[in-house]
Amino acid sequence: MADRVAEPSGGTLTAYRALLGAQARSQTAYRTSFVVDLLGNVGATVFDVLTVLVLYGVTRELGGFTLRETLVMVGLTAVAFATADLLVGNVERLPRYVRTGLFDAVLLRPLGALPQLLLMDLPLRKVSRALFGLAVWVAALSVAGIEWTPARVVLAVVAPLAAVVFFGAVFVATATVSFFWVESGELANSVTYGGRDFTSYPVTVFEGWFRAAFAYGLGFAFVSYQPALALLGRADPLGLPAWAGWAAPGVALVALAGAAAAWRVGVRHYRSTGS
Amino acid sequence: MGSVTATVAPPTDSNVIPRFRTFWAISRSGFRRYATYRQAAVAGVVTNSVFGFLKCYVLLAVAGTAGAAAGYDRAQIATFVWAGQGLLAVILLWGWTDLADRIRTGDVATDLLRPVDPVTSYLATDLGRAGYAALARMLPPVLVGPLFFDVHLPTRWATLPLFLTSAVLAVVLCFACRFLVNATAYWLQDVRGPMILWTLGSGVLAGLYFPLRFLPEGVQWTLWLGTPFPSLLQTPLDVLVERDPTPTQVGLVALQAGWAVLLLAGCRWVQRRAERRLVVQGG
Repeated sequence: MADRVAEPSGGTLTAYRALLGAQARSQTAYRTSFVVDLLGNVGATVFDVLTVLVLYGVTRELGGFTLRETLVMVGLTAVAFATADLLVGNVERLPRYVRTGLFDAVLLRPLGALPQLLLMDLPLRKVSRALFGLAVWVAALSVAGIEWTPARVVLAVVAPLAAVVFFGAVFVATATVSFFWVESGELANSVTYGGRDFTSYPVTVFEGWFRAAFAYGLGFAFVSYQPALALLGRADPLGLPAWAGWAAPGVALVALAGAAAAWRVGVRHYRSTGS
Repeated sequence: MGSVTATVAPPTDSNVIPRFRTFWAISRSGFRRYATYRQAAVAGVVTNSVFGFLKCYVLLAVAGTAGAAAGYDRAQIATFVWAGQGLLAVILLWGWTDLADRIRTGDVATDLLRPVDPVTSYLATDLGRAGYAALARMLPPVLVGPLFFDVHLPTRWATLPLFLTSAVLAVVLCFACRFLVNATAYWLQDVRGPMILWTLGSGVLAGLYFPLRFLPEGVQWTLWLGTPFPSLLQTPLDVLVERDPTPTQVGLVALQAGWAVLLLAGCRWVQRRAERRLVVQGG
């Protein structure tokens, strides 16, 4: 790894750009497939939003929140999760790299293991989903009847960014499980996609230890629920103070630090398949 | 089974019993094959249960203080969700690309050499897999649910046999759908597009995201009669939670049977068409 330090940083950047360029070319080579992929990826998020609309077709309130209020959380989650999934979601493939020993090749190359892993198959098709998420976020903000103040405008920009960092950290942290448990399969999904589903609804919908674990133990309450309360100017029915909505960036940074530590421990723990 | 190979002409006399024996043998090997992945099954159960909690709380919130939504009371909702989480793994809505992979790599040529029709042998394997999933993937969420939520237990004697029939039909129907989606590889090579459409469509239209009864009645009718999707998940679950009186339950299961027969016939037809034009890749 010592020679990596000696190399000019321009070389590293060129290498990453070459990786990214190759990915973009290969993924757009089959144009029809790529377009179907783009559409399919939007579809997933469209159906998530549609589900919320259908649920509100049956009831007027969900956990004490109206459709317009819930849409703020849905929009925030949609844009943040889709963006995190686009940038970091690829780390989901780690179990396969560990199982097949392909991770050896990643470690041998003179580039960082995590950036390589993310760039080895950057899913460009997910761009469509991120853009749709952004549209939902903007639309939700405009129909929610928010009394705009400079502070809230800042929050409307900062909250999605913090949520992207948070979801990204969750993706990386859960993927590291496969360093220790190769056959963990879809276990990571329960926290990544589960977290997305959790943050799409007001925390008041959930109850008991399950709510405590996801909302405060894992910190998902600070991804969309608390920022949404701050934007809407509503007091938290669960009793957290008003500044909790502003804690999102802090919580995201803590999650990031945790994920980075987990990754480092995981890579050290990695033993090749030994073929 | 006797020795049947590609070079020996298959027996011409029609004998049903050896066929059943072959089917049974393939099913058993399917069961054993999936039973090897025990750790993956544990991880799958945990994941399914987490999503069970998420969905159950959300749908219970929909029922809210009124205590009912679209004809389901709170206990029925809980049963719907937890049985649904289990059934999802039994019918295996997602993640089956075996056939498509074998078509792309050319391995499917081996399947065509065998003296058993590919549709039949894949179906037998899938039933074996479903049998294992019913024990390892269906049972845990069905047991976890009642620990944390009040669930609805069937009160009519006819419900349980109807549900079992409905579940088996759902497995067969889901297999047929997956086979058709995979079989597009004969023409397209890359099945990612059809697979995405299937994943999206089946999740929503089968009743996984929300019970289809939440939709307007006209849409419900169109979905049930016009597409096989509600028959995959919504029908067995509606039967189990006794959403409708017995005659309606029987009608829904009969509709399921109709779809299963239709799509299996479709599989046969597609397979035969594909065999006529298949060019196996490689040397």
